[in-house]
Amino acid sequence: MNDDERSGEETLKETAAPAAAAPDLRGVVEALLFASSEPLSSARLASLASCEEGEVSPGAVTAVIRELEAEYRELGRAFEVTRVANGYRLRTRREFAGYVQRMFNPRRYTRLSLATLETLAIIAYKQPITKLEIETIRGVGVDGVLKTLLDRELAKVVGQKEVIGRPYLYGTGERFLEHFGLSSLQDLPLVEEQEPAAPRRLSSSSDLREAAPVEEAAADEFPARDLDRQPGDEHD
Amino acid sequence: MVMEEFGHQTVLEIFEGPLDLLLYLIRKNEVDIYDIPIQKITEQYLVYLDLMKMLDLDIAGEFLAMAANLMYIKSRLLLPEEERAELEEDEDDPRWELVRQLLEYRQFKGLSERLHEMEVAQEDYYTRADQRPDPTPASEQPIEEISIFVLLDAFSRVLLEADKRLPAEMEPDSFTQEDGRARVLERVGDKTRVPFIALFAPDESRTRIVVIFLALLHLIQQKMVRVVQDRHFGQIMIEKLEGAVNPVPAEEEAS
Repeated sequence: MNDDERSGEETLKETAAPAAAAPDLRGVVEALLFASSEPLSSARLASLASCEEGEVSPGAVTAVIRELEAEYRELGRAFEVTRVANGYRLRTRREFAGYVQRMFNPRRYTRLSLATLETLAIIAYKQPITKLEIETIRGVGVDGVLKTLLDRELAKVVGQKEVIGRPYLYGTGERFLEHFGLSSLQDLPLVEEQEPAAPRRLSSSSDLREAAPVEEAAADEFPARDLDRQPGDEHD
Repeated sequence: MVMEEFGHQTVLEIFEGPLDLLLYLIRKNEVDIYDIPIQKITEQYLVYLDLMKMLDLDIAGEFLAMAANLMYIKSRLLLPEEERAELEEDEDDPRWELVRQLLEYRQFKGLSERLHEMEVAQEDYYTRADQRPDPTPASEQPIEEISIFVLLDAFSRVLLEADKRLPAEMEPDSFTQEDGRARVLERVGDKTRVPFIALFAPDESRTRIVVIFLALLHLIQQKMVRVVQDRHFGQIMIEKLEGAVNPVPAEEEAS
């Protein structure tokens, strides 16, 4: 709180004071990052910072951002520069989360439902992919979920598949990386290797041997199964 | 079906599909996904399907298609091996396609859990507030979710107990959806958490159990209550949700 106010004033001084002369690039970049509600790429920052007196290169911007990062760290500022979605943005440091959250009470909901997340995971890892292909993997329709993803710009149409009907192909949307705090798709968690997909042959199938007894048992045995062995880890 | 007697019309949407149910059953039975006991799993799958039908849940057609598929696989497995080899030139285990599908889906479920952790981690960082309105309407805002299958499981156990205890009931009962709803809300009351079982009276009749359970499902959907499961004991608990002001009246149920 106090930290917020203090750092606000200081930032103001830094950027406003040398306004008459050409402000230094560090101040310009800081001002842009401070005012933006979206991540800014180094190229975008460079073009915004360029003026008649001279072009600013993305490389120069990146160097200045490193300086800012170091400065914030050394001075123990409440915020930091983060790289997300191929851009940079300012964010408050984690230790202040509790205080800032109070300000946003009731809390802002940005979490996705499980069905939405699953669909998005499929899109992220399989893009470009058609709706039908997604549904084949999930085993259920995804119309509603897909609409949510498109509305939230977490997914988008990236083309059409050259098959009959030319169905849309979907990929991750503008806000995907940001939502998960990723700087690029390469940073997605790695897919764990599955056991090699060789079908196990049924020699003398265990399945058939047990078939008979289960038939009678199933009716009363099944629903009474205790849940206790299954701490509900399937869902959260 | 049962529910017609109560003029029940609202259809609850189920967000999980047949693959979720199969994965649930595979875990519940602690069986090897590469060697699924099709007979047993099919039986159980059909029990859940019946439960969902009885409750008039909005079962995706995919659930029925999967049931057919399971029965087909079962019939294949019952063929003597030589015959099966003749029918299927690749001699694959008839379960294989399903296993492949389950594995792939399970993989994405795992990945979506990772994504969930990542999005939650992001909540600790605040950036300049986004000017765009949050497009997610309040009703779609997710709360911690519990699998519908876990609930159905608990429900079926209560039902089973009632069946053991009571003869099939003949007498008509005027217990309505509204009564069921009032019951749940009353039981949850001011307490922080109530066990699922506590929603039902010890001598609850079968029809009432069904009505109360349906009311619970509606309340969950309306974000009036939520269901949590204790990790260690697997006990299902019902909890009143903060800020659950008097809800949308259940006008659809009235008939």
